[in-house]
Amino acid sequence: MASIEMKNIVKKYGDGFPAVNDVSLDIADGEFMILVGPSGCGKSTLLRMIVGLEDITNGDMVIGGTRVNEKAPRDRNLSMVFQNYALYPHMTVFENIAFPLRLSKTPDDEVRRRVTEAADVLELREHLERKPANLSGGQRQRVAMGRAIVRQAEAFLFDEPLSNLDAKLRGQMRTEISRLQRRLGITTVYVTHDQTEAMTLGDRVCVLRKGVIQQVASPRELYEQPVNLFVAGFIGSPPMNFLPATLEGDALSTPFGSIRLDEARAAKVRGRDLLLVGIRPEYFEDASLVDEAKRHVGSTFRARVDVTEWLGDSQYAYIPYEAPEAIREKLRELSRELDSEELRTQAVVSIDSTSRIREGQEAEIWLDARKIHVFDPQTGENLTRDADAGAELTRLATQDREAAQEAARGATAVGAA
Amino acid sequence: MSQTTLPPVEKTRPVSAPPSGLSDKSKAERKLGWMLAGPAFAVMLLVTAYPIAQAIYDSLFSYRLTDPENKSFNGLENYWVVLSDGLWWQAILVTVFITVVTVAVELVLGFALAYVMAKALRTLRPVLRAAILIPYAVITVVSAYAWQFAFDVNTGFVNSWFAWLPGVGTDTDWFGDRWTSLLVICLAEIWKTTPFISLLLLAGLAQVPEVLQEAAKVDGATAWQRLWRVTIPNMKAAIMVALLFRTLDAFRIFDSIFIMTAGANQTESVSFLAYRQTITRVEIGLGSAVSVLLFLSVVLIAFGFIKAFRVDLAQTRGEG
Amino acid sequence: MSTRSKVWWWIGGVLIVIYCLFPIAWIVSLSLKAPADVSNSSFLPTSATWSNYEEIFTGTASDLFLPALRNSFGICLIATFISCLLSMFAAYAIARLDFPGKRLILSTALAVAIFPVISIVTPLFNVWRQIGLYDTWLGLIIPYLSLTLPISIWTMSAFFREIPWEMEQAAQVDGATTWQAFRKVIVPLAAPGVFTTAIIAFFIAWNDFAYGISLTSTDASRPVPAALGLFSGASQFEDPTTVIAAAAVIVTIPVVVLVLLFQRRIVAGLTNGAVKG
Repeated sequence: MASIEMKNIVKKYGDGFPAVNDVSLDIADGEFMILVGPSGCGKSTLLRMIVGLEDITNGDMVIGGTRVNEKAPRDRNLSMVFQNYALYPHMTVFENIAFPLRLSKTPDDEVRRRVTEAADVLELREHLERKPANLSGGQRQRVAMGRAIVRQAEAFLFDEPLSNLDAKLRGQMRTEISRLQRRLGITTVYVTHDQTEAMTLGDRVCVLRKGVIQQVASPRELYEQPVNLFVAGFIGSPPMNFLPATLEGDALSTPFGSIRLDEARAAKVRGRDLLLVGIRPEYFEDASLVDEAKRHVGSTFRARVDVTEWLGDSQYAYIPYEAPEAIREKLRELSRELDSEELRTQAVVSIDSTSRIREGQEAEIWLDARKIHVFDPQTGENLTRDADAGAELTRLATQDREAAQEAARGATAVGAA
Repeated sequence: MSQTTLPPVEKTRPVSAPPSGLSDKSKAERKLGWMLAGPAFAVMLLVTAYPIAQAIYDSLFSYRLTDPENKSFNGLENYWVVLSDGLWWQAILVTVFITVVTVAVELVLGFALAYVMAKALRTLRPVLRAAILIPYAVITVVSAYAWQFAFDVNTGFVNSWFAWLPGVGTDTDWFGDRWTSLLVICLAEIWKTTPFISLLLLAGLAQVPEVLQEAAKVDGATAWQRLWRVTIPNMKAAIMVALLFRTLDAFRIFDSIFIMTAGANQTESVSFLAYRQTITRVEIGLGSAVSVLLFLSVVLIAFGFIKAFRVDLAQTRGEG
Repeated sequence: MSTRSKVWWWIGGVLIVIYCLFPIAWIVSLSLKAPADVSNSSFLPTSATWSNYEEIFTGTASDLFLPALRNSFGICLIATFISCLLSMFAAYAIARLDFPGKRLILSTALAVAIFPVISIVTPLFNVWRQIGLYDTWLGLIIPYLSLTLPISIWTMSAFFREIPWEMEQAAQVDGATTWQAFRKVIVPLAAPGVFTTAIIAFFIAWNDFAYGISLTSTDASRPVPAALGLFSGASQFEDPTTVIAAAAVIVTIPVVVLVLLFQRRIVAGLTNGAVKG
C-alpha cells in the first residue's frame, strides 16, 4: 500500500492540446480518491498516467515515495479494473483471477489459496470454472475486481467500473466496492462521471474540468462550499438552480423576490452589477408546510408552478423564470460543459411529498437564505464561499475514514483470531 | 480560470515531448507499424507493380520469344494491331456477355439463397452453410469439367434428361456453337460463384435490424414492400461490394473457358486471348499489349463502379 | 413460424443443398464409371468401379497426377504459410498501431486483389524464363503470394480489429511484460483468425490454374489444376473423361474436408473482411 503524489502533471497529445494540465494531487495511503468530471475532462487520462498506460508529458508521478514516470505498468504493482472489465475470454474465471499471480510465478497451492480467498470475498466460488462469456454483467464485474484484489497491489485503480451495469446492480456493486476498500484499507483511485458514485464512495473527490483541477474536497465540502459555478452545477442532483440577481442594500433582488443576506456575505458580493444566486432544490419548501420558527431565516415568494413530479418520498416542482440574455448565455455554456441538455431557465424546487401544490397553479414557496451561494457570472467564482467551514468538513471526513479503517481492521483481526 | 496558470517555472528535467508535437511513443509506433506492415506491402508491390511495368515495357516492342534477334521498338504499334483486330473485339464481346449474364443471375440467385439461409431453421443452417461453401471451395477447373462432361454429347446426361425440351435432342452438341457454349460456361460460373455472393449478402442481411422489419410491418408494408423498401436499401453496401468484386472477377474469366472450349467457336475471353498470344504463340509484344489493355479495362470498371455508386471500399470493408 | 412456412423453408433449404452438391455428385458418379459406361447417357454408372482411381494412383496417369499432387500441396502450403506470416504482422500493425499509410496498405491490397491474373502471368512468363524461375516451385510460390496476400491482409485485419486490445493493457497492469502479454493474451485471441485466414488463402492457392498452366512445363512444379487441364490435351489414354473425374474427386477431397470441419469460421472469415465495419 502506498500514497500517490502527482506534481504538476501535464499530458499533451500530438496536437499540443493539454488533456491534463498542471495537475497536482496528493492521495494519502489508504484513501479513496474519486476523479470526476464531464466527458473529456481528462480524468481517465490521469488515471492511465498513474497506472502507466499513458506517457506523462511533464511533471512527476510518485507512488510510495518513488518516482515512477519511466516505469512500465508491470513494474508499478498497481491493479486496475477497466470499464469493460478486460477479462481474458479464453481463460476460466479462476485463471483470469490467477493471471497476475501466474505472471509473478507464484507457487500453485499459493495461487489456489489466494484465488479461492478472493472468490469467497466476491461470492464467485461456484463460477470459478466458467468462461467470462457465460457470466452476467455483475459477475464479470466481480471477476475484474477479483483480479485486482488477488495481488498485494500498492493501489487499486478503477476506470468507470460500474458504467456498464444497470441501475440496480450499480447500487449493489457500489456498496460492495466501498465495503471492500474499507476492509482492505488500500489506496484507491476511482474515475467516474456519475456523481452518486462520487459522493457515496469517495473520502475526497477531485473535480476536473478540461484537464484542470477545480476543487479537491470531501463530498460534503463540495456540496456545501463549492469553489465555483462549475463545481456547484456539477455536484448535486437535481442540479443547483442559478438565478440572476442584483444587490440592493443588503438584499438580493431575484426573479423569486428579494433575499436578505447577512452583513458578512453582503460585503463579499458588493460592487458587482449582475450576480448569480445558487440555490439547491432542497433549500426550497412549500411555504404552508414550513415551521413558524424557521420562517424568518428565509424569504417567501409567489410563483406559478409549471410541472410537478411526485416521486413518493419527495416531490419536485418546476418554476420558470425570466433571465437577461447575458445570464442565459452563461447558463447555456455551463450546461454544455456539464454534458447536460440545454436547460430552460426554470428552477427545480424540492417540496414535501405531502404538499398540495399542483401544476398550473400559483403557489407560495419559501426558500432558506442561509445556505445560498452567490457567484460572479463572469469568472464563475463563488463569492460567498466559507473556506474554513469547508476545510472543517473535509477534516471531519478524514477523521471518519481513519476511524472506519481502524474499526474494519479490528473486525478483521477479531475474525482472524 | 486556472487554465491561464503558467506552467511551473523550475524545470528539473528536459521536456519529454519534442517540439514537433509527436511524443517518442507515437514516433516509435509509426516506425513499428511500417516495420511490421512493410514486408507484406513490399511483396504485394513487387509481385504486381513490377510485372505490370514489365508488361507495359514489353508491349512497346515487336518481340517474339522464338525470334529474339528481331526484337525492335515499335511504339504503340502493338496496341493499334490489337485494337484494329476483330479478335480483340470478339473477346471483349464474349467477356462482357459472360460478365453481365453471370453477375445479374448470381445477384438475384445469391439473394434468394441468402434469404433462404437467413430464414432457415436452426437445425438446417449448419448443413446449408457447409453445402454452400462447397462450390466456393471446389477448384474452378473441376467445376468446369463437371459441367462440360454433363453437357458433352458423348459423356453427358443432360441431353437425355432434357430431350423433352424443344431444341434439345440426344445429339445436341452444346459445344459446337458459340452461344450454347457460352451458356454452359455461364452456368458453370454461376454455380461456382453464387455461393460467395450469397454469403456476402447473408452477412448484409444480418445487419439489417429485425426491428426495422417489425416497424415496417406495423406501418402496413407487405412482404414485397418490406424487401424493396426496407431490407435492400439497408444492405446497399453489402450488395455493392458483392457486385463490384464479382464483376471484376467475372471479367477476368479464364479457367472455365480454357477447360470447356479452349476458345473454340469464338468463345475466347480477353484473358484467354492474352494467354494465347503470349504463352502459346509466344508473341510477347502483342500479348503484353493485350494484358495491359485487360488491366486498363479492370481499372476502368473498378473506377467507374466506385465513382458511380460512391462505394467507399475502405469504408465498407472496415476503417482505413 | 407456421408449419406451412416451415415446410417451405425446408424445401428451399433442400433445394440449395441439391444445387450445391449436384455437380459434385455427378463428378463422383462419373469417376466410378467404367470406360464402357461413359457414354451411357445416364447420371449413374451401371456398375461402380475403382479402376479410374487405380489409373491415377498406380496406372499410366499416375506419372502426371502424383507429382502434380505433391507439387500442389507443397507450393500451396508454403505460399499460405508465407502470406499468413507476412499478413499477420501487417494486420497487427493495421489493427493495433496508429501510423500513417494504413489506408495505403489496405488500398494496395484491394488493388492487388482485383488485378487481372493474366496481366501478371504474361510478363512473369518472360521474366521467369530469363532468370531461371520458370518451372520451379519458387516460380509459383511468388505469384501465389499476389493471390493470397491481399485477402489475408484484409481478413486478418478484420479479425484482429475485433480483439479487445485493452486486454493487452490489462495484462501489462497485471504484471506482464510486452512479450508475455502478447503470448498469453493476444496470441490465443488471434489464433482463430490466423487459422481461418490460412484456410481461405490455401483455397485460393489450391484453385489457381492460370499461373500453374503458364509458368510450368514439366512435373517438376506443375500443380494439380494445370495437370488436370493437360489430361485431355495429352491423348495418351483411351478416353480421359473418367480418369479426369477421378483426379478431380481426389483434389476436391481436401477442400471438402476443410469446409466440413471449419465451415463456421470460413464463413466468418469470408464475410468479416468484406461487409462488417
